[in-house]
Amino acid sequence: MLSTADSIYSKESVPQTRGAVVLTTVARFEIKYQQYMDETGTFISNDVPPAFARDIDTLKQLYRDMNRVRVLDQKAYALQRTGKMGTYPAATGQEAIGVGFGSAMTKEDVLVPYYRGQASMIQHGVLMEEVLLYWGGYEKGCDYQVAKEDFPIAVPIATQSLHATGVAKAIQMRGEKRCVFTEIGEGGTSQGDFYEALNVAGIWNLPVVFIINNNQWAISVPSELQTNCETYAQKAIAAGIDSVQVDGNDIVAVKEASDKAAEKARNGGGPTVIECISLRLCDHTTADDATRYRPEGELDDGWTKEPIIRMRKYLESKSAWSSEDETNMLEELAAEVQQAVDNYLNTPVDPPEAMFDYLYEELPEKTVAQRELAIARGAK
Amino acid sequence: MAAITLIEAVNKAIAYEMEADKEVVVFGEDVGINGGVFRATDGLQEKFGEERVIDTPLAEAMIAGLAIGMAAQGMKPIAEIQFMGFIFPAADHIISHCARMRNRTRGRLTLPMVIRAPYGGGIHAPENHSESTEAIFAHIPGLKVVMPSNPSRAYGLMLAAIRDPDPVIFLEPKRVYRIEKHEIEDNGEEYPLGMCFVDREGTDITLVSWGAMLHETKQAAEKLAAEGISAEVIDVATVSPLDIDTILESVEKTGRICIVQEAPKSGAIGSEIAAEIAEKGIMNLLAPIGRVSGYDTVIPYYRLEKQYMPKIEHIIEEVKRIVEYR
Repeated sequence: MLSTADSIYSKESVPQTRGAVVLTTVARFEIKYQQYMDETGTFISNDVPPAFARDIDTLKQLYRDMNRVRVLDQKAYALQRTGKMGTYPAATGQEAIGVGFGSAMTKEDVLVPYYRGQASMIQHGVLMEEVLLYWGGYEKGCDYQVAKEDFPIAVPIATQSLHATGVAKAIQMRGEKRCVFTEIGEGGTSQGDFYEALNVAGIWNLPVVFIINNNQWAISVPSELQTNCETYAQKAIAAGIDSVQVDGNDIVAVKEASDKAAEKARNGGGPTVIECISLRLCDHTTADDATRYRPEGELDDGWTKEPIIRMRKYLESKSAWSSEDETNMLEELAAEVQQAVDNYLNTPVDPPEAMFDYLYEELPEKTVAQRELAIARGAK
Repeated sequence: MAAITLIEAVNKAIAYEMEADKEVVVFGEDVGINGGVFRATDGLQEKFGEERVIDTPLAEAMIAGLAIGMAAQGMKPIAEIQFMGFIFPAADHIISHCARMRNRTRGRLTLPMVIRAPYGGGIHAPENHSESTEAIFAHIPGLKVVMPSNPSRAYGLMLAAIRDPDPVIFLEPKRVYRIEKHEIEDNGEEYPLGMCFVDREGTDITLVSWGAMLHETKQAAEKLAAEGISAEVIDVATVSPLDIDTILESVEKTGRICIVQEAPKSGAIGSEIAAEIAEKGIMNLLAPIGRVSGYDTVIPYYRLEKQYMPKIEHIIEEVKRIVEYR
């Protein structure tokens, strides 16, 4: 990652005269791509990996956390297909991103997620049943019991980037040593709100980390139609903030970059953009059919690079994981997810007056009669 | 006790609450050293520092989004949108997030924030500087929309808006920012939101207005009195949620109503008031409901601005038509 020391700006340049014009380079930039573990589950460099990646139990935990998201997504799909839940956006293939940066967050940090954010949300304490409740049509799915300060999903794209800067500003003003993480798809970075957020985060040196989840697709629009830039990370350059591109299928790379960015933010070092490159191995949502637009072969290739199998290969290569471990883990995760599903399915629908009861601290007089009417109609 | 203008009253109310509550912060474009283009925040940065009176980059969506994030953390942001015509980049945040946050989190996250914006025409301003689009926000459940008409109301209602636990859109009538002065004791006393004010008692007709148009409305009532027509004048003050009961009570007494608004006629606050009276008070009416409003046109650029704005004589004319109705 670029540090403030080797700044993105290089103001030193020898002026060059070409005819009547004198040209001076006033700024330069470069974007680094960061990877530790390749798709075969091998650390590419012989140098020592970051401390957390040398601890096999930590890696096992991250492996389990990624699997949990995948099991949940599969279950959610099944619920939708059997009419027990509404539209749901799976994150298949992108588990390393949310789990990776989610695991860089402390409880005191604040998450401002995007709509496909279940991996980081669960990692930061949102309950799986809350995720299911939300996509199952219950507002109470946003009434997080543990992640009390985290924002609910922002459905309009990119607005969350600005809410994150607001939370970060409050944290900064109060002199607290914590930070904000916010995620966005690569398509979302086309929105003005994203640029506005980066801009103000840069000017005010806000304690916020912007995660770009580059899964190559914005529904059916491929990444190359979203930008003419070589990277999404370089969008940070225009805001004067540090950025890095990482292999989003390499959870070690995601977590390491996130750890560093979080530490920097908490200590007054300001914002960072981390572009995580992955691939959406599923449809956009349950309402989508990616076979309409996805090039042939992309999925086959994608499945060879996805994050979970990569970590399993590594753990197996260290004799730290057996097929029995795998079976046990999947059984345990299935039970965890089933418990969340049961809780979701057993949650009663709110009474009709709930439409009114959380609009304001006190319901306006003029609306009281409508509330009574809704109760009376609902009772029939 | 000094006599102060409406804009000074806004300033005083903000200053009072900043002094009383450390969570109150002010930000927007040019609100710092410049004190706002209308001077609403004049001297505040000097008094409370750059930390609490913050010049933002020039981006309205950002201003609203920032306020949401800060308010969710329990701060009490007062965000300025320099002119109401520029509020629309922020509308996604105001409508899609701000208004809904309490409801969608079932009360977990609430947003005690104020968005201030000067609204309305009549100051020979550039295009997009003169709109009265309060109905757009009044239509949105979860928001409160306040439009003070005079210095005392501006002071008391601003204090209430800042202290309110829910988001308030505070629209200031810039045409009358400096038209009159009130003696106001700077004691932090608020006026209630969601309540009309009866500014003048009368028996023949009820005149209802809000914001800047209240000045024409009150002057019309004066002139009508000289002609023997007794008009009751109601300042709506909070256009959402609407205190329809006060208006209905007045209509019960007078049997006639004329609604005066600067906004285009259709789909407006006046339409809502008329509909409420038609639903709940029609049997008390001695004549059809009357409305004096802007036209259903784009508010013209300033050469034609006077042609658009409702005037005292228009109100008088409409009142006479209603009173003489048989």
